[in-house]
Amino acid sequence: MTMKTQTGTSRRDFLKIAGTTAGGLVIGFNWFSCDSPKMEVLSIEQVLAQAKSFNSFLSISPTGDVVIYSPNPELGQNIKTSFPMVVAEELEADWEKVRVVQANLDPQKYERQLTGGSGAMPHSWERLRKAGATAKFLLVAAAAQSWNVPASEINVSKGMISHEGSGKKGHFGEFVDLASTLTAPEEVTLKDKKDFTIIGTPVKNVDAKDMYTGKPMYGLDFHREGMFYAMIQRAPFGMKISQVDDSAARGVLGVTNVVTFGSSVAVVGTSTWPLMKAKKMLKISYEPDGVVESTTDHDKLFTDLLANGKGDVKRKDGDVASAFKSAAKIVTAEYQCPFLAHSPMEPENFFAHVQGDKVELVGPTQTPDRARQETARLLGIPPENVSVEITRLGGGFGRRLRADYVVEAVEVSRAIQAPVKVTWSREDELTGGAYRPAVRYRFEAALDAAGTLIGYKLRGVGMNAGNTTRETNFPSGAVDHVLIESIEHASSITTNAWRAPITNFLAYAEQSFLDEVALAVGKDPVDFRLELLNRAKTNPVGALGYDVDRMIGVVKMAKEKSNWGKNSSIKQGFSVYFSHKSYVAQVADIEVSGGVPTLKKITAVTDCGLVVNPTGANHQVRGGIVDGMGHAMYTNLTFEAGVPKQRNFDTYRLIRLKEVPEIETHFVDSGFDPTGLGEPALPPTGGAIANAIFAATGRRLRSQPFIEQKEFSDIQLQIKRG
Amino acid sequence: MANFTLKVNGTTHQVEVEDDTPLLWVLRDQLNLVGTKFSCGIAQCGACTVHVNGNATFSCVTPVSSIGNSEVTTIEGLSKDGNHPVQKAWEEVDVAQCGYCQAGQIMNAAAFLEQNPSPTLEEIDNAMNRNICRCGTYHKIREAVSLAAKSK
Repeated sequence: MTMKTQTGTSRRDFLKIAGTTAGGLVIGFNWFSCDSPKMEVLSIEQVLAQAKSFNSFLSISPTGDVVIYSPNPELGQNIKTSFPMVVAEELEADWEKVRVVQANLDPQKYERQLTGGSGAMPHSWERLRKAGATAKFLLVAAAAQSWNVPASEINVSKGMISHEGSGKKGHFGEFVDLASTLTAPEEVTLKDKKDFTIIGTPVKNVDAKDMYTGKPMYGLDFHREGMFYAMIQRAPFGMKISQVDDSAARGVLGVTNVVTFGSSVAVVGTSTWPLMKAKKMLKISYEPDGVVESTTDHDKLFTDLLANGKGDVKRKDGDVASAFKSAAKIVTAEYQCPFLAHSPMEPENFFAHVQGDKVELVGPTQTPDRARQETARLLGIPPENVSVEITRLGGGFGRRLRADYVVEAVEVSRAIQAPVKVTWSREDELTGGAYRPAVRYRFEAALDAAGTLIGYKLRGVGMNAGNTTRETNFPSGAVDHVLIESIEHASSITTNAWRAPITNFLAYAEQSFLDEVALAVGKDPVDFRLELLNRAKTNPVGALGYDVDRMIGVVKMAKEKSNWGKNSSIKQGFSVYFSHKSYVAQVADIEVSGGVPTLKKITAVTDCGLVVNPTGANHQVRGGIVDGMGHAMYTNLTFEAGVPKQRNFDTYRLIRLKEVPEIETHFVDSGFDPTGLGEPALPPTGGAIANAIFAATGRRLRSQPFIEQKEFSDIQLQIKRG
Repeated sequence: MANFTLKVNGTTHQVEVEDDTPLLWVLRDQLNLVGTKFSCGIAQCGACTVHVNGNATFSCVTPVSSIGNSEVTTIEGLSKDGNHPVQKAWEEVDVAQCGYCQAGQIMNAAAFLEQNPSPTLEEIDNAMNRNICRCGTYHKIREAVSLAAKSK
């Protein structure tokens, strides 16, 4: 059914744009269909020069070209394609006449202009629809006025407006002048979801052509005449500079300056390569500045804090002590993960040009407003004096939520009084901080004589992890007696959100532990979870952060699609997790032949509400699984005296093409509005694989990465490439 | 500093750089051909892949002084309008997520298919295993290389 909705919930979305100007890195595309009313393909600049603004998201030119602004940073989550699809759907635009432009930072026009938490689509879904529907309303009103017919008799389809009675017909462009002078309505009617023609179809990436022909579009590609390049040597964690000898570095041809600020030393020059050489010639002495930590220290800290640390109680249901006292069986296990770097393929970089009390910033950021705010704070200038142009991001994974690398570029530009682009090397990226925190969990389960889970204890210790637990997540709500505690260690090693923060490992630990508990009482791991979920549904204990029915939905569908337990030669591992408002269940299949286990397939069932773009959704689920699998299996980051030992991809091992099995994806048609998918498919993967490895070999993997565990070393797990 | 005459994408360029400057940085900083990407700098990820006399080459570890008269092709010169069969297959399959590694993937695939026009899946896997994609688009990469092989 159609839905009437107020347009005025967010005024800023509907501010008219005075003079539509595009940013420097404008990416348009020109797939005109043969029967388009105008055959001439205009450049995006030509279109924008004559386009009329309808709202913050939308301008339309008299040629009928539709320009849709995508405000959120694009880092591979496909928002730059899926956001415009939603606007175009309600506008009834011809997708082939849509050009997409990445908007610059503009809090006057856009809310939540950031990429993180898989939150863009749920936040903007209705706003985008209204933006399209409002413009359509105005175009129809203009056509009705021009033709002197009732608006209710007008039909709109694929960028064409028509009136059957009079036989009149025209494209959007013919009405933009009049339409853009009309007043936006108080409320608009949104389309019935069953009438969608763009949403739900596999629309291709709007930047595809530019990406595949090498057009400049990433931050690292940005160039400004007269700009300098810079690279920075940063101090080890827990250290500060005591002395700098930069004489050799200054002698490198192409180096123009060396600048020291805080605990960093920047070499500045006219191209990148001389800086890479000069940076190695810096002679910097450091002295301790706080505690200098190594991985061995962390291991001791985990043991000590789990045993003796005072936990911050996150959840307390019932009487845990009595439950464990009366238990027929108790299962206990500890799980641990290392620090991880984000390692986006595009290393950190940013362009900054400080001129008096104004700053121009260009580059890859997930949080352009944070870049602005931190720059303004550093320089003591009003935030509006800082402009931020958002380039396409060569990955993010949470790394570019921080603005440390932006502020550095501002520091260097201020010092040399010139425009500068700071580039990080891969070694800088892996040693520079902002890691996924190392965490250890202890789980304890109390079961009664019937094998029912009556008590559940979770204690998590993290290195700068904040709260290591998620107290309203499953199995909370399904157990009478629960105690969840979180213990924090303030480490000198800096951490940051990393794709699916905390849950990227908590899900693995929890889903593996539930497997251990189910098997300890002789229950099928899927039935055991369903038993708990039914309890949470019929008689929930305390607050639940998840929708029990939706979780049961993905569990049941995954059981069916994976043929769970139906083929005795296939050993399977199950995992299900709710994060970032979406539900994902996964099953890993391992076949054992001649004593050799082979990981053959992962089946994933996702409930993210309505799927906006099936191609994008598939990408996010498969990519999340590959990411979750790769880091569970292969990747480690360890420290010696505050310095990471893995400094590039030769030792910091990322998953490769030959290590990826078949991944089969399914989506539940749950009827809910869309939720995000950048993160939710990652958390369940490690658990599904670890549980399958246990089913196939009897080896329980309680630490990551698997390849460094002695329980894994003689398994010789093969992967059948999919 | 030394002068080098380079043949890149069919055009001759003069550059004045140090002998040890990797081809990658000559392309990016001197010739403003930024389609070739920097990522690891040690020949581990393949983002910097170009063709040197038709062979897929890690430009991040290839000193400019080693190029001589060789023909260098970058992603910008792979085809005139992005219509190389591999580029078309990449569009058709809609391979990219963030897209940063894809120029290197395409250059590797194009050189590979030139030398092995009808590869088995196994051969595709072996050839493409040298390029890392952090977003995990590996399934689509395999699919696109297979498609390009069929359409050539």
